[in-house]
Amino acid sequence: MSVSRLSPSVSRPHEEQASPAVQSRIGIRDVTLSYGALQIIGGISLDIAPGETVSIIGPSGCGKTTLLRMLAGLARPTTGEIVLDGQPVSGPSRSVAIVFQDYGKALLPWRTAAGNVSLALEARGCPARERPEIIRDLLAKIGLSRHADKYPSEMSGGMQQRLQIARCLAQEPKVLLMDEPFGALDAMTRQALQDEVLALTAATGATMVFVTHDLEEAIYLGDRIVCLQPNPGRIGRIVDVRLPKPRDQLLTREDPEFLRLRRDLYDLIKDDHQ
Amino acid sequence: MRVARFMHTCWRAALLPVGLILAAQVAATATQLESDTLASPADIARALAAILTDGSLARATLDTLKAAAAGCALGVGLGSFIGILLGLFRIADDLLDLTIELLRPVPVVALIPVTMMLLGFGAQMEIVIITIGMLWPSVVLARAAVKEVEPRLMEVSRVMQLGFAARLVKIVLPAILPQLFMSLKLAAGYALVVAVTVEITANPQGLGYGIMMAQQALRPAEMFAYLLWIGAVGWLLSLLLNATQRRLFPAHGRGEPR
Repeated sequence: MSVSRLSPSVSRPHEEQASPAVQSRIGIRDVTLSYGALQIIGGISLDIAPGETVSIIGPSGCGKTTLLRMLAGLARPTTGEIVLDGQPVSGPSRSVAIVFQDYGKALLPWRTAAGNVSLALEARGCPARERPEIIRDLLAKIGLSRHADKYPSEMSGGMQQRLQIARCLAQEPKVLLMDEPFGALDAMTRQALQDEVLALTAATGATMVFVTHDLEEAIYLGDRIVCLQPNPGRIGRIVDVRLPKPRDQLLTREDPEFLRLRRDLYDLIKDDHQ
Repeated sequence: MRVARFMHTCWRAALLPVGLILAAQVAATATQLESDTLASPADIARALAAILTDGSLARATLDTLKAAAAGCALGVGLGSFIGILLGLFRIADDLLDLTIELLRPVPVVALIPVTMMLLGFGAQMEIVIITIGMLWPSVVLARAAVKEVEPRLMEVSRVMQLGFAARLVKIVLPAILPQLFMSLKLAAGYALVVAVTVEITANPQGLGYGIMMAQQALRPAEMFAYLLWIGAVGWLLSLLLNATQRRLFPAHGRGEPR
């Protein structure tokens, strides 16, 4: 099979990551994915450092979600491989959690908020007597303490997505994958959740890969932004985000660097659409 | 509130049956009915009172309900189990699909002669036939229910690396519980039909046998009494199951009792 490698293997631009093969948490090595004759992903290589947040943007159909599903072990590359801490990924693993966009479908409707978080604890064999405390802590962390006994159907979209994040955190993952998690939420809720997710990854040191179609969200959250191009999905450009941390919804978004990045990325995406 | 509304609509619902009974009584009185095939409502009521008081109706009802319940539980249980396996494992479905589709259209009453030859008369034969009758619909309903479990939930269970048993107990069963109960509800009504049919044609016990005997003894009043009673039993059964369903699954789509 001929694999078009339009994008070169991109090595980490950061100087401190001189040997990415050793230090990277996630290594994506020449990954392609085809369904029959249709090539979805056409040769992607990327190293992601521990604790780093990488935003992935790109026009629809560029393979953002497919790439994320491969990182989660839910889809397998046709060629190439994905390594997690040096180990090839051959299927789903509890150390990689994924937050789906459709929170309404990802939660168990017959379990309360506490019960949904409990599922992840049960899955990793956490003893029953330790669960209530962990659940309490996690729900508190994500601002759902008062809603522990509610069913998902009794919660707003923002609360449901919070719950899904709490359930993912209960897996104690090293890597948190986010598939346009806030796309269906209103602007205020989205901003609140962005800050919560940043605080959580900062506190846990988790590595995050965040797929979004919202340029500002990509800049606000990311240490780096990977811009994918479609047909087949490949890396168009990788942009470093050199904005101070912790980020702030007002100050960060007014930062000239933020505005410059937004303009750059906007032009880039627009070119892809033409 | 439901009771109040029920009472309110009750008289309208009762209008037709009560009217028909009255009309039948008037016609029977007017024609001074003396017949081996028909009976006046008053005679039917007297016959019903007689079989109620001598205990024969209670015994027959118990026989029929026991057989129907046993066959229903076995058929729905076994059928749902097979259906879940078929829904979960593509291979099992591929292997068994044709066989099931070939067996399913065979009318279950056509099995009466065969089972009678193998098992003779008695409750056992009746239960086996009801079980087989309930089996195929339960297989098909459970299989469809499993295939309709939200794929996202199956992915969640994969990401969490739940084992097969955990996936079954924590995801699949709670997700299909409402459909399983629906399957049980449909089967219960159908099981009563099959039970009475088997009793009329083959098994000398229960309500079906009672109605058969009354007819052969040329006691139309008793025959109609049995008929009315069978209708009432079926009606009460469905009322009971509907109420249970509302209690267990108050909001559609929520799979677990609250």
